[in-house]
Amino acid sequence: MIEHLPALQTVVPMMAAPICVLLRQATLVRIFAIAVAWSCLAIALALLEEVLSHGTISYALGGWVAPLGIEYRVDVLNAYVLVIVATIGAVVIPFPLDGRELRIPRERYFLFYALFLLCLTGLLGITITGDLFNIFVFLEISSLSAYALIGLGKERGALTAAFSYLVMGTIGGTFILIGTGLIYQMTGTLNIVDLARRLPPVLESRTVWIAPAFLVVGTSIKLAAFPLHQWLPNAYTFAPSMVASFLSATATKVAYYVLVRVIFGIFGAAFFFETLGLSNLLLPLSLIAMLVGSIAAIQQTNIKRLLAYSSIAQIGYMTLGLSLANLNGLTGGLVHLFNHALMKGGLFLVVACALSRVASPDLEALRGLGRKMPLTMAAFVVGGLSLIGVPGTVGFVSKWFLVLGALDKGLYAVAFLILGSSLLAVVYVWRVVEIMYFRDSDAIVERDEAPLSMLVPTWILIGGTVYFGFNTALTAGVAHTAAQFLLSLGS
Amino acid sequence: MGILGLWNYWMVIVLMMIGLYILIARENLVKKMMGLNIFQVSVIMFWVSIAKVEGGTAPIIPEGVTDVVYSNPLPHVLMLTAIVVGVATTGLGLALIVRIYEEYGSVEEDTLREMDRVAE
Repeated sequence: MIEHLPALQTVVPMMAAPICVLLRQATLVRIFAIAVAWSCLAIALALLEEVLSHGTISYALGGWVAPLGIEYRVDVLNAYVLVIVATIGAVVIPFPLDGRELRIPRERYFLFYALFLLCLTGLLGITITGDLFNIFVFLEISSLSAYALIGLGKERGALTAAFSYLVMGTIGGTFILIGTGLIYQMTGTLNIVDLARRLPPVLESRTVWIAPAFLVVGTSIKLAAFPLHQWLPNAYTFAPSMVASFLSATATKVAYYVLVRVIFGIFGAAFFFETLGLSNLLLPLSLIAMLVGSIAAIQQTNIKRLLAYSSIAQIGYMTLGLSLANLNGLTGGLVHLFNHALMKGGLFLVVACALSRVASPDLEALRGLGRKMPLTMAAFVVGGLSLIGVPGTVGFVSKWFLVLGALDKGLYAVAFLILGSSLLAVVYVWRVVEIMYFRDSDAIVERDEAPLSMLVPTWILIGGTVYFGFNTALTAGVAHTAAQFLLSLGS
Repeated sequence: MGILGLWNYWMVIVLMMIGLYILIARENLVKKMMGLNIFQVSVIMFWVSIAKVEGGTAPIIPEGVTDVVYSNPLPHVLMLTAIVVGVATTGLGLALIVRIYEEYGSVEEDTLREMDRVAE
C-alpha cells in the first residue's frame, strides 16, 4: 500500500470523479468529495514526510521501468507543491455551494464536484509525474475542467471568460506540446531525468534552442505571467468565488512549478540563465507585473477583479524569485507559492462569504459590511495585511527572502521596487477596508454573519497566513531545501 | 535535405500560421474554434513527421525477422492522446459557444464586447 502512494495520489481523485456522477445526490456527493480531497491531502503529506526522511521516490507506473514507462518521481520540490495543491483542495471543497453564484440547479451539483475532483487530479498529476508528455496530458485534464468550472458562474460574462481562457489555455498547452516534440526529436526520450542526461551533448543544436521558447511561453500563459495574463482577470471575476479561490491558489502555482522544472530539471540553470540570458527578460517583466498589476488593482470597482489583478502582481513576485536564480531568491519564489495560495485562496473565500449576504461584488455594495459581518471582514483585513507583507504574516516571509535575494545580487533598485509594490498593495487593500468599515459609519446595521460552514474554511486559510507567518520552519524550511536541491541539479 | 526534403515541416508551419491567423483575425467564435483546431492539427502532423525513419516500414515485426527498419511508433501513440485532447477541447468550446449564443444572441466577439460594456 505504502509503496503505491504516488499512484494513489492521482488515481484516487480520478476514480472518484465518475463515482460522483453515479451517486448524484447532492449531500452524499459533497461528503464523498470531501472525504476524497482529505485522503489526497493525507497521501500528499505522507509523500512529503517520506521524501524528507528517505529522499526521492521513483515509482514505475504499471511496472514499466523508466525511461520506457511513465515514471512518477517525487522529490522535495514536487512533494512540497503536492502538499500545497492538496491542502487548498481539502480546505476549499467543504465550502458550501451557493445557488446565487452558480449557473446549475441543486440537482446538478454532483457535476460540480466531479469537475472539481478532475481538476484536482490534473493539478496533482502535473506535479507528481516525471514524464514530459504526461505533464501535457494532465495539464489538459486540469485546464478543461477549469474552463467548465469557470463557465458555471452565474453571470453571462462567465461564458465568454471561460471561452477566452479556453483559447489562451489551449494555445499554451499546444506550445508545450511543440516544445516537448522538439526535444523528443533530439533525444528520443520524454522522461525528465533521462532528458537532463541526454540534452547536454545536443544543447548546441538549433532545434533544442527553439524548444525552451515554446515551453517557457506555453507555461507562462498558464501561469498568467505578464504580459500573457489577459485571460486571468475575467476568468477570476466571473468564476464562482469558490472556484476562483481554488484556481488562484493552485492552477497558477502548478504552472510555476512546471516552469521551474523545465528550467532547472531539464535544461539546467546554466543554459537558461547564462547561455540564453533569461533573467534579462524575466526580471523586467516581473517588475512590470508587480507594479502594473498593483496599479490596475487600485483602479478596480469590483472586488473579485481587484483580487485578480493583485494575483498578477503576486505572480510577478514569484517569477522575480525565479529570475534572481540564487538561493534566497528561489526560496522566496517557492515559499510565495504556498503563502500566496493561502492568502489569495482565503481572500476569495471571504468574497464568497460576503456574496452570500450582498447582491453584487461591486465595492460600493460592500458598504458597512465590516459591522454587518465582523468575522468575515476581519478575515479580509488579515488577508489584506498579508498581501501587503506586514511582519507576522506570510507575505512578509516571502518578501524578506526576495529582498535578500535581490541584495545578494547587488540589485538595490529591485529590492526598492519590491517595497514600492507593497506600498501599492496598501492602497488597494485600504480602499476596500475603508468602504467596509468607514463608509456610512453612523448608519445602524444589523449583524448578519455568514454561516459557520463558510467561515471555518475561510478562517483556516486566513489563520494559516498568520500561523505560517510566525512559524516559518515548515514552509520556508521546505522551500529552502527545494531551492538548494534545484540549484544542485546539473552542477 | 533541402527545402523540398523538409516539405512536411513547411506544411506544419503553414498550417500553424493559418490556425493562429484565424484565431487572431476572426471575430466569429465558431471560426476561432476552427482556427484553434487547425493549429492543433499542425502540431499532430509535426509529431507524426518526426516519427518517420528513412526507409522504415510500419512497426510490425514478423517472428524470426530481426533486421527490419521500422518507423518510431511512439509519437503516433502519443498523438492519439493529443487528438482526444483536441476533441475534448473542441467539444467544450462549442458547448460554451452554444451557451453564449443562448445568453447573448450572438457569437461575434465585437458584438459580445459591446454588450458587456453596455451592461457595465
